[in-house]
Amino acid sequence: MSAVWLCVLAVGLATVAIKAAGPVLAGDRDLPERAGRVVDLVAPALLAALVATNALATDDRIVIDERAAGLGVAAVAILLRAPLLVVVIAAAATAALLRAF
Amino acid sequence: MLASVADETGQAESRREAGRARETAAGAPRREVRPSPRGGRYRDGVRAVAPLVPAVLAFGISFGVLARAAGFPGAASLVMSATTFAGSAQFAVVSVLGAGGTAAAAIGAAVLLNARYGPMGLAAAHVFEGGRLRRFLESQLLVDESWALSNRGGRFDRHVLVGAGALLYVGWVGGSAIGVAAGDRLGDPATLGLDAAFPALFLALLATQLHSRHAVLAALTGGAIALVLVPLTPAGVPVIAATAGCLVGLTRPARATERRRAPRAAAVARETSS
Repeated sequence: MSAVWLCVLAVGLATVAIKAAGPVLAGDRDLPERAGRVVDLVAPALLAALVATNALATDDRIVIDERAAGLGVAAVAILLRAPLLVVVIAAAATAALLRAF
Repeated sequence: MLASVADETGQAESRREAGRARETAAGAPRREVRPSPRGGRYRDGVRAVAPLVPAVLAFGISFGVLARAAGFPGAASLVMSATTFAGSAQFAVVSVLGAGGTAAAAIGAAVLLNARYGPMGLAAAHVFEGGRLRRFLESQLLVDESWALSNRGGRFDRHVLVGAGALLYVGWVGGSAIGVAAGDRLGDPATLGLDAAFPALFLALLATQLHSRHAVLAALTGGAIALVLVPLTPAGVPVIAATAGCLVGLTRPARATERRRAPRAAAVARETSS
């Protein structure tokens, strides 16, 4: 088997299993309240990490570039209560404009 | 769009009709839309994620192009998009193999990147319904965007997750196919600033969650952990480690959290009406 197919199948199987683990195994079981409060906070913690890494990380470096500028504009749009579509387009347009000049 | 995500009560029929027209125009998968006892509908997920479709399509295309350039057979690229269905891990495999790295290094990087779906799936596990096979199939529609959009002020909505995930899946696999077929005749999505769309999306979704001090603390902790680890660890580790930010939930008695649920719900309602 070529390295490409080995990677495709191994990563595919692993990802399918990781995604299914919680929904299939944890399922309907109610978590204890204390655990429930912790799990509720997974979302903000992970979202903040996704914001940080998507906007500022390039490989293993922190880079302030057009993405960060787009994020700043997005933050202003969010504070002004702009709809999600406007927020996303404003960020992309900011980055695109900065790259064009 | 955010308003439609936060909508728990249903909207005027005219807006639904407008939404239906848009979906059809966008080529969204036609599915039987039925009202759910919990308020969400598959269509809500499709509508919520629609603004991201151009970006997802563009990244699918660039995956197809880059994979081909790295020597992937076309079928391998498509099988990968259809099974892995997670952009960052797929790009990691292509870049490691393309740079002459070993299969083990590529697989390790991709699995680390996708390990975040463990905690994400656990957080949303309670909304999945039905038998194991159905849970299994629906869980495969879990990606960053569908997961984040389906989180309505701390609670997950299965219809939004499945509706958004299905449209993202079509966009991602379709984009990959276009990229494989069209080769490098297509431009770089970065020129259009599409890479800046994703952090903006996640920030907008994060903003809807910051209605308790706990949530703000968890976000600050998670973001800080990720940034500190970026230069120190392989890609993927920073985001997984950031999950530890949720442990701030252990620091307060239950009553404090319960009391804050009410203002948070009010804030969601405000967004809905605006």
